[in-house]
Amino acid sequence: MELICPAGTPASLEAAVEAGADAIYCGFRDETNARNFPGLNFSREELRKGIAFAHRHGVKVLVAINTFARAGSFELWQAAVDDAAAAGADALILADLATLDYASRRHPDQRLHVSVQAGAANPDAIRFYVEAFGARRVVLPRVLNVMEIATIVRESDCETEVFVFGGLCVMEEGRCSLSSYATGKSPNMNGVCSPASDVAYTERDGRISSTLGGFTINSFGKNELAGYPTLCKGRFATPKGSGYIFEEPVSLDAAVMLPALRDAGVTALKIEGRQRGRAYIAEVVRSFRDILSGLDKGQTASSAGLAAMAEGQTGTVGAYRKSWR
Amino acid sequence: MRDPETTELQGLPPRLPQWLARAVAPLPLAPLQPALALMLARISRAYPELYDRLGEHAEKRFGIDPTDLPFAFVLEPKPGRPVVRAVRELPEGLDASIRGPLAGLIGMAEGTFDGDALFFSRVLWVEGDVAAALALRNAIDDARIDFDNILLGGFAPLATRLSDALRKRVRSLPALPGGRAWN
Repeated sequence: MELICPAGTPASLEAAVEAGADAIYCGFRDETNARNFPGLNFSREELRKGIAFAHRHGVKVLVAINTFARAGSFELWQAAVDDAAAAGADALILADLATLDYASRRHPDQRLHVSVQAGAANPDAIRFYVEAFGARRVVLPRVLNVMEIATIVRESDCETEVFVFGGLCVMEEGRCSLSSYATGKSPNMNGVCSPASDVAYTERDGRISSTLGGFTINSFGKNELAGYPTLCKGRFATPKGSGYIFEEPVSLDAAVMLPALRDAGVTALKIEGRQRGRAYIAEVVRSFRDILSGLDKGQTASSAGLAAMAEGQTGTVGAYRKSWR
Repeated sequence: MRDPETTELQGLPPRLPQWLARAVAPLPLAPLQPALALMLARISRAYPELYDRLGEHAEKRFGIDPTDLPFAFVLEPKPGRPVVRAVRELPEGLDASIRGPLAGLIGMAEGTFDGDALFFSRVLWVEGDVAAALALRNAIDDARIDFDNILLGGFAPLATRLSDALRKRVRSLPALPGGRAWN
């Protein structure tokens, strides 16, 4: 199985290559990619140099252009596709139908991957992307258990890629409107979930409160671990009590699931975290490279041992062992 | 409700001993200024790409507060005319402040600690303009600043050996208790 690793900066890209990535995914410094955060991402020149560096080390670069094109500004997404192809990207990771259509017509030889943002979670949806646009790989949403993934692999004429470590969405990837509701900006359209410009932290009576777009979404006592300031990880008061409703601050750690994912026929394993620093990239990539090497020798890991890197310093196997539907 | 598959995990930077903070507290800050100014000027010249990543945030005023030391820094990265000064306490009106133990702040700047991981563990905290703080963090992380060379120039090889020894000493200090200490 290939190890697909994130890079938010050229330094992170080099760190991922040196740590043992098979492929790196990254994006441009604009709203065409779903990690459009301050100080992050690649200029056109940085991408060209990054791809050249990766290729010298036998590593592929996949360019995420995975937001949904805004009406009246499609040229921004077209330019991103053209420039990534010209820079020598090994694949483009796309979600938007119009962008997929443009890329498949304009660059028929360019390998296309379907982003997790497309939410393609069944063989029929995947078949559509393959037949309509020649998609070669689909990044599966984090809603599926291993049995469902095995079924999809069996019934699809397309490679599959699944997340194995990092932040979790609330299983509505590409369709989540929580950030839009609070701030008017979303990962789907603007590339920012809970944009930093709309986040604030305030201290009162020894507690830190986080607000998003003016809404108080969480409050931490001195002894509590923190998570990202997103609505999905906010705490809510309900008639049945107060607490986390959508998701607790935890990170996916599917190291223990790797043998099952391999047996299911998964092609590639993806690490989340383009917004993270190069310390995270180096440590997580190295850890999963070691686990994969061990797997080849018949060894299995109980976890990636990356507690310090995890949101809330807690790991979960997420939906991979889910028994409900 | 907590996922039954979850596993609790740990891992934190060390904190300087309190006796060290007490020992340096009476010292004047003025002698620090020339060294700080020289260091920032060198960084500004050697790593111009920092400003590309900082973008509009380069004109903002940042507070850097090592919570285990009795002083802090005010940083204004402004292209061509950067300013840094040591202060006893961070003043009001800063655009953004980043607080955490010295080892965590240095480790984040050197790329040995991940800023988000320190944030999750409550070791590091941000106040004010979070976008500006993120841009600064990402710009420094990408720049891969060689602090030994910046600090001591031609003495860098010797400095590297000394700083490696110092880092080993700092790492041997006790970690923050559960990562829950913050100011």
